Parts: sequence; structure tokens; C-alpha cells
Amino acid sequence: MLAQLFRFKGGVKPQTNKTISVQEPIAQAPLPARLFVPLHQSIGGAPNPLVQAGDTVRKGQLIGGADAWVSAAVHAPTSGRVLAVEEHVAAHPSGLPTLSVVIEPDGRDEWIERRPVDHQSLPPERVRELLRDAGVVGLGGAAFPSHAKLTPARSVAMEQLVINGAECEPFMTCDDMLMRERADEIVRGIAIFRELLAAREVLIGIEDNKQEAIAAMHEAVLRLAPDYRVVAVPTRYPAGGAKQLIRVLTGKEVPASRRSTELGVQCFNVATVYTAYRALACGEPVLSRIVTLTGNVERPRNWEVSLGTPMREVVALARPRADTGSFLMGGPMMGFEIPDLDAPVVKATNCIIAASPGLFPPPPPEMPCIRCGACAEVCPHELQPFELYWFSRARNFGKTQEYYIFDCIECGCCSYVCPSHIPLVQYFRFAKSEIWAREREKQAADAAKERFELRNARAEREQAEKAERLARAASARTSEKKAPPERTNAVDSPPAAAAGEPAAAAATDADAIRKAAIAAAMARARAQRELAQPKNTDRLSAEQEREIAAVEARRGAQPATPEATAGAAGSGAPAGPQRGE
Amino acid sequence: MMAWSTPPYLLADVSVRRVMLQVLVALLPGIAAYVWLIGPSILVQLVIATLAALLGEAVMLRLRRRPLLLFLTDGSAIVSAWLIALAFPPLSPWWLTVVGVLFAIVIAKHLYGGLGQNPFNPAMIAFAACIVSFPALMSQWPALGLKLSLAEQFEIIAGLAPRIDAMSGATPLDALKTALKLGEGAVDVPTLLANQDVFGNFAGRGWEWVSVGYLLGGLWLWQRKIITWQTPVAFVGGLTLLAAILWAWNPQQFASPLFHLFSGGSLLGAFFIVTDPVSGSTTFRGKLIFGFLAGAIAYVIRVFGGYPDGVAFAVLLMNLCVPLIDMYTQPPIFGMKNPK
Ligand code: SF4
Ligand code: SF4
Repeated sequence: MLAQLFRFKGGVKPQTNKTISVQEPIAQAPLPARLFVPLHQSIGGAPNPLVQAGDTVRKGQLIGGADAWVSAAVHAPTSGRVLAVEEHVAAHPSGLPTLSVVIEPDGRDEWIERRPVDHQSLPPERVRELLRDAGVVGLGGAAFPSHAKLTPARSVAMEQLVINGAECEPFMTCDDMLMRERADEIVRGIAIFRELLAAREVLIGIEDNKQEAIAAMHEAVLRLAPDYRVVAVPTRYPAGGAKQLIRVLTGKEVPASRRSTELGVQCFNVATVYTAYRALACGEPVLSRIVTLTGNVERPRNWEVSLGTPMREVVALARPRADTGSFLMGGPMMGFEIPDLDAPVVKATNCIIAASPGLFPPPPPEMPCIRCGACAEVCPHELQPFELYWFSRARNFGKTQEYYIFDCIECGCCSYVCPSHIPLVQYFRFAKSEIWAREREKQAADAAKERFELRNARAEREQAEKAERLARAASARTSEKKAPPERTNAVDSPPAAAAGEPAAAAATDADAIRKAAIAAAMARARAQRELAQPKNTDRLSAEQEREIAAVEARRGAQPATPEATAGAAGSGAPAGPQRGE
Repeated sequence: MMAWSTPPYLLADVSVRRVMLQVLVALLPGIAAYVWLIGPSILVQLVIATLAALLGEAVMLRLRRRPLLLFLTDGSAIVSAWLIALAFPPLSPWWLTVVGVLFAIVIAKHLYGGLGQNPFNPAMIAFAACIVSFPALMSQWPALGLKLSLAEQFEIIAGLAPRIDAMSGATPLDALKTALKLGEGAVDVPTLLANQDVFGNFAGRGWEWVSVGYLLGGLWLWQRKIITWQTPVAFVGGLTLLAAILWAWNPQQFASPLFHLFSGGSLLGAFFIVTDPVSGSTTFRGKLIFGFLAGAIAYVIRVFGGYPDGVAFAVLLMNLCVPLIDMYTQPPIFGMKNPK
């Protein structure tokens, strides 16, 4: 196949370590004694639970309904009984709990009634709804609901549909094995997406270190859809980043501030396409995924794992060696350390790596930046990481934004090459979350200010009315004793004047009025003081903590998703394709 | 749980120490030519400079409460020390070298915050400070044909033997400038170069090959991706361009670009001084501007100024401009090249 390839700048070439886990075919992981299915497994709104403790469920039954357009449904991975709907530790670096449905499998694995549909006979909106209700999300790690990416831009014709089989993270082979074994389904799934987007061209990008996958996909394409193009792309991390792959295959560069559809291109991961096919052609929602178990283990291999299976039971399948110190979810470049093995496998769990000090030696001590520029040289988004680092360190967040911190996809190339071993990505995450926190604070303060001003205005109005009433009563009394003309005067005078008016006979009333005015002023001052006080960050209320945790969880849902982070903050809207989505 | 918990978990096998070590290795061809053609005294100077640098570094690290071993072994102080030794006259008294090195380490480096923080190139600060403070000593270069044994050289450096007249030679650059000045238009460059002993095949005798050594080392650094090509090429370009224009205009009074390129600190500067990442520009266009102007200014100072060479002052001047240059030369980022 002759295709003109483009280059993305930067990138690195770490040891790929992929061959160890492709020696055996994908195997079916056994069902655990309990499944913990988190309701919130995708970017966007958290689905609402549709079951409660005591319910029996069938395999494929909806247990969490999408609550918004950007949200995706969640299903029972097998038949059994719901033991609880409760908080359970999540597959997230923070280890915070999330609302999960606990299911005890009954061993019968009984399906709901499956209704295969022919997507061609349905209107596109209906197909998108079906995908959402089948829980189809980006399986490259981003977990962005796919249906929300399947609407073409109104003004721009969709030129290319890019299918991401690059899989650039070291160690990870789940997409590789999927392409080798299930190429037909992938190719059929692509047809669905292509039609929804009315894409002119289909480009399937696979890193050239996966010759078997390329051959398998090639063969399937020849048989089923000869106009698709399978393109081998040079192996260079992060070639599997959606934006990088789009660049390599089409020459287009999608900045953080734009959606890729605006440039006439969209990108999906091969595993996502595969699940979309199963969802429509077989009526089977997303209940499991392929997970690479590798690293410091006796038996590296890919497994098809039911969502909700505790990681502890999954890693046992690979028989970790004795010196394994921890486990990573995702690849070694963008993954995170799993804080608790009770956390379940979710849609974003593409790979679990047993880590040992031998495999991933702890980083040498951090040294000062020597401005060598190595980081800028490898940054695929052509940023100046060391400048971002200086500004993040100095907490000069305005400057970090000027230097495009939200275009950073947190790919880790810069940290990888830094001779001073500076954890650059950490600094960038810190700066980003700090900026978000300030943004939130500002919004909260604005809202509070508005509330306060409203209350103030009301209080003032009430006070004025009260003063007026008092003044009127006072002058009425005065006029009873003295001459009547004073009456009009008192009524016309503004409240403050009324309060200070030394109408001799009304001294007591005037006093009361003054006291009221002082009390009001004091209350106002107090309120202002409270408003001006710095937000105390080390003594947070429970509510604030929950809020932060929620935000962190949202962020954490994306450690393997460069664009998600960049997009979410850059434009306030999902910026098109997620990494390997 | 392990100590590290932040991605990426894979790191390339690189370190500051390794970078500095490669810079030192790259200086070896130049040093070898130096020893062979000028004299082994440079080895003594290198040792003195290294010891002074390590001492100064250790004291400052202790005072600033920084991890001693980590920074002492990063190699950056030794690089500065070697550059100073190579820039100073080879028979300088030991204390001059020590003063230069300590000036670089204590004032130019640590008072600004240590590794990575110095806005000026420490070696060039040392050179500038010493040539202003000790102009006579800093221009005493061994006359050619001065045949001294290593022991004799050592004695001179150590101050045990009197400094003799034969030592107060001049660098080829200086010799040319002085001769032209004294000749007041009556002498011309080609005759001078052909007849004076101090000149060799295309620049200063001996020194030209030392420069070739620096060139080789620099190319190796570029090949190892320790330095990028922009700054050296721009520096050489700036120097050569000015030299070429004046030479073409009046070859009787101005030496050829080739002569300038292989004389004085040109190539040491091009590959080891302007390429210093800490005090140099970091952007693609910034490096070109920084290098070009440094080269051009170096030429102007060396030909029209009062000092025998201009590299140090040119580099320091340009160091001052780096923040500005960097600010205005930020490259466009991914996806923002042709904003529509
Ligand atoms: S790679 Fe590290 S030391 Fe070099 S410029 Fe970047 S942050 Fe600084
Ligand atoms: S992590 Fe961000 S700054 Fe670093 S190389 Fe990747 S995109 Fe560039």
C-alpha cells in the first residue's frame, strides 16, 4: 500500500517489551466470586443506578443508565444477584471509592434477550443512541463515550476516519492481539462508524513492530472492505496518541483548542470499533475487555476479563514474581500505580504491569534544570517543557497558560529524556489542577458575591423601609404634640437623615434607628471580611473535600488520555479523539 | 508501595553527569594538540583548575546546604574549570588560575543559585574578570620556540622560578593586531603572515591545530546530540561573515575568515562556550540569533577593540540578551502553525 506518511515532531523510543505477552492467544479469565461494577466508567456524566440490592440481573442487563449525552451505560457482566449498590474503591490513582454495583454471579451466565440490529436500516441518531446504551466508549484508555464523537461537523466534510491500532505504549499488546484474532469484526465495526460519519476515506494505522496484526488486518480488509487502507507507521512513542496518528496518516494537526471533526478527521481505537460491532451486530453491550497482563510475571498474556473483576484476581492469573512491588494500570509511560488491588477492572483497564525495582528502577534524585532543551526536542506537541516547568515551579500559572500548558498531553516524553530527572509531567499536572482549582474558586466566589449582593440589597431595602416606617411613626407622634407641617418633611427625608434627625420628642425612636443602622453596617463588614479571606486550603470542609475528590476523579479517569485532559480544559469541550480511543 | 508513583515509569539512561562527561571527552582532542604543539604545562593548569573548582563547589554546596556528593559529581564545575584553563595563558601563575576558577564557581555560579541558574557563562565571567584585573599576566603567552621542560614549566606556574622575558609572547591574534598598528599601513597582512614565526599554515602556528582539535570534539558532541548545530553554525557564520566582508574589501589590512576562525577562542567558543545551555538561548531561532551576534561581536572586539580576543565579552553581552531573545522566538506549537 502506498501511502504518504507524515512525521510528527519529537517522540522517544523506549524498549517496547511487547513480545513477551504475545506468545499465547487471548484467554478467557474466570468469573470472580464477586463483581464490583463501577457506574462511572467513562468520561462525562455518571450513570444512575437502575438496580438495588436483592435484584437478580441477567448478563447484559442495563444496571446504569446514561444520564446525559456525554455519558455511557453500564451493564451486568454476567447473571446473578445484586448484593449492594455501594461505594467501592476505584481503579484510580487516588484510590477513592466510587458508586459500584456489587454482583454475585450465579454461574449460569444467562443472557438477556439479545437484539442484533442492522445499522444500515436505522437513522444515524438511533444508531448513536444504541451505542450509548450499549456502553461503547473509547477503549484505548480514554473511555470517552464513542457516540458523542460520531457526529460529523456540520460545515466540514469528513475526509478521513482514522482507526488507531498503533498501540505505542511499551509492554501493552491488547490491541495487537485483538487485531490478530478478531480482524473481521474490527473491519465490520469500522463500516458502522464510517457510515455515521460519512467519511470519505478509512486509514488504519498500526505501528510497524506489529507485523502479524498488520497482516491479519490487511487480509480482512482485502476480503471485506478493499477500499480501507492499512498503513504501517514507524514505531515511535507516542505514535498511538490520537493527534499524532492523525498527523502521521493525514498530515493534519489538531490543536487542543479544536475538535478534530472541524478538520474533517476523526479517530477511534480498534478495540472500540470491535465493541461497537458486537453491540449492533450481536446485540451484546460492552461487558468485558482485553487486558494485557505483563511485566514481572511468570506468565505474561492477554486475557478477556469481565468488567468489575477485582484486579487482585486478575493479576493472580499471570503469577507475579516474588519481588513485584506494585502494579501499574496502563503503560509505563502514562499509566499509574494501582493503589489498591481490590479495585476492579474497568473499561479503561487496557494493561496491568507487575512492577519491580529491576524492571522500573526508581528515578535518580532530581537535579536542577540545565536548560539543555532535550525535553523540547522530544515534545510531540512542540511545547517548551522546561519553560512550563519554571513557571509551574514559580506558581506563575498565567505564564504556563501562555506557554500552552493545556496543549500538553502528559505523554511523558519530556520526563523520559530529562538528564536532570525532573518529573516534569507531575509539575504540569500540578499546574493544571491548580489552574482548575482557581477557576472553580473564582466561580464560587463570583456566585457568593452575587448572592451576598442580593442579600445586601434586600437588607438595605428592608432597612430603608423600616427606617421610613419609624420616621413616619415618630413624626406622627411629634406632630401630635407639635405642629403638623413637620410631617411632610419627615416623610420626604431619606432614611439616613431620618435616622439622624434629632427630633427631640422622638429621641428614643431615633436611637433605635441608629442602632439598627450600625448593626446592619457591622453585618455588612463581617460579610465582606469573610469574602475577602483567603480560601483556606488546609482546613477544608467535608463538602469541599468531596468536591475536590470528584474533580480529581474526573481528572484521574484520564491519566492515559492526553487529549481528554487537554481538551477538557482547553476548550471546555471534548476535543475530539481520545488517545488510542 | 514503592517510592516512585509518578509516570513515566521508564526513564532514558541519561544524566547531567553523563552530559558533562561527554563534554570533557570532547575537549580531549584539543587538549592533546595543545600538549603536543604548545606545551604540557596545560596539563598542570587543568589539574589546578579542577582542584580549585571542586574545592570551591564543595564549600559553596556546604554553605548552601545542598547535597554534596550529588552535585560535586555532576561534572559541571569541572567543565567550567577546564574551559578556564584552556582560555587562560598556559604559563599563568597558579593563583591566577585559582582566582579565575573560584570567581566562576563562587560568584558566577553559586551566588546566582548554582547549577542551571547562572545567567552568564561562568568560564567567560572568569576570563573577563581576570583580563580586566590582571591585564599583563593575562597577555603573557609563551613565545614560540620557548623550549622548557615540564619541570621548568611547573616551576614557573608555581611561582618558584622567575617569569622570564621569553614568556611574554603574544597570541597570533595579538601579534597581528600589534604589527598592523605599529606598521601604520606600511605593512600588510599577507607579508606578515608569510614572514612572522608566530603564524602557521592558515592561522597561528600550533594554535591552528588546537582549534582543529576543538572542531573535532565539537562535531562529536553534535553527533552525540549533546549540542545542537544552530549556535555553533551561527557563531561561525557571524564571525566569518564580518571577517569575509572586511577581508574582501581590504585584504592588506584584514586577515582572512579562515585565519579568524582558527585563531584565538573562535572554535572553543563555537562548540563549548556559546553552546552552554544554561546561559544560552533555547529556541531554534533564538540560538541562531544568539550565535550569530556573539560571533559578529567577537570579531568586532578582537579586531577593533582593545583586547586580544573578543569571544568572552561577546558571549557575556549576548547572555544578557537571552531572556529577551527567548521570549520573542518561541516556536509555534503543534496545530498552531497556520492558524486559520
Ligand atoms: S530536559 Fe530537563 S534539564 Fe533539559 S531543559 Fe528539559 S527540564 Fe531542563
Ligand atoms: S508530557 Fe506534555 S510537555 Fe512533556 S513531552 Fe508530552 S506533551 Fe510535551
